[in-house]
Amino acid sequence: MKSFNYHAPKDVKDASKLASSSSAFLAGGMTTIPSMKLGLASYKDVIDIKNIKKLSGIKVSGKTVTVGATTKHVEVAESKDVKKAIPALAKLAGNIGDAQVRNRGTIGGSISNNDPSACYPSACMALNAVIHTNKRKIEAEKFFTGMFETALKSGELVEAVEFEIPEKADYQKHPNPASRYAIIGVFVAKHKKDVNVAVTGAKSCVYIDKDLSKKLSSNFSLSAIEGAEVKSSGMNSDMHASAEYRANLVSLYAKKAVEAC
Amino acid sequence: MTKITLEVNGKKVSKEVPDHTLLSVFLRDNLNLTGTHVGCDTSQCGACVVHVNGKSIKSCSTLAADVEGSKVTTIEGLAKDGKLHPMQAAFKKTHGLQCGYCTPGMVMSAVDLLQTKKNPSDQEIREWLEGNICRCTGYQNIVAAVKEAATKM
Repeated sequence: MKSFNYHAPKDVKDASKLASSSSAFLAGGMTTIPSMKLGLASYKDVIDIKNIKKLSGIKVSGKTVTVGATTKHVEVAESKDVKKAIPALAKLAGNIGDAQVRNRGTIGGSISNNDPSACYPSACMALNAVIHTNKRKIEAEKFFTGMFETALKSGELVEAVEFEIPEKADYQKHPNPASRYAIIGVFVAKHKKDVNVAVTGAKSCVYIDKDLSKKLSSNFSLSAIEGAEVKSSGMNSDMHASAEYRANLVSLYAKKAVEAC
Repeated sequence: MTKITLEVNGKKVSKEVPDHTLLSVFLRDNLNLTGTHVGCDTSQCGACVVHVNGKSIKSCSTLAADVEGSKVTTIEGLAKDGKLHPMQAAFKKTHGLQCGYCTPGMVMSAVDLLQTKKNPSDQEIREWLEGNICRCTGYQNIVAAVKEAATKM
């Protein structure tokens, strides 16, 4: 790993002052550090944000659950408040990576990295999340812009993620057996007015399957999507799964999620 | 360079190291605690698992500077007064290892499991150990070891 200067500021202002075009914010480090070790990324300054107290914690209000950026997966998975308000979100967090990854990895890190196979982006999309940064608020749909790409500007830091509490929701994942990343992950959320079916792992970036969402919005039942065709065009094809297999998994896991709701 | 002060296996240690020093490197190269292994170097194999403030983490994906001031327990810190920790004894008894390379990580990870779950099922043990890869045993005897240790811890 190439050398860098390590900083651990105590507040967001100091953290953003340190940021530059050759810096990275460090939260759990579960992607950042392996990427640096493999030589895929290198930085002059690594700015550890875990000492900024206000970035960690879970708050539940009447309609939303807000999770601080440096809140660890294990904390979301075990939170009584999250389990009560959005059990599917706790379930999702409890199945990310492995126990040691969940002890370190954070929600802010996961969404800022926007790995096409990460679990959290699908929850953000399905639960109409609003991403709070040190500069503005961004709707999930506008936040995830492409493969490992987000709407974040240089020096902009995710502070919290605010999820809308749905009437019902479930997340179903077909994990890669080694990395536990989603080969396919489907997050189904039934809100008062409509239903969102968010898919991760299938394409270069998380997305809402509009057809499945529409069908379930007018009739939230298994029969509504029984014969629905999911097209494989634009889907990833690799040693783990072909595009056609992924398309079939999307259909299958959407049904599983509806059934589990 | 940065000064790292940790409590490792109950002993306070302080060393000046480059900022980018990984915890696994700090333990192995600076403290000579080579029981913590580095297997894959891509954060998947779990041979490098240690405890930081009681929780299991992968030391090859953690900066030493990041855990400044923490209490770290490595495999060397488990045995007390020359007597194996119940988890180590259970691995020995049930033949939960062959080449032994993954064993320090397996043991540290399994100890963390039993701290939170007293009597885990086979399924729970297997799920918990998803982050620890063994290429010899086929896992059967590792699961048996954790079950055996659960009766002693």
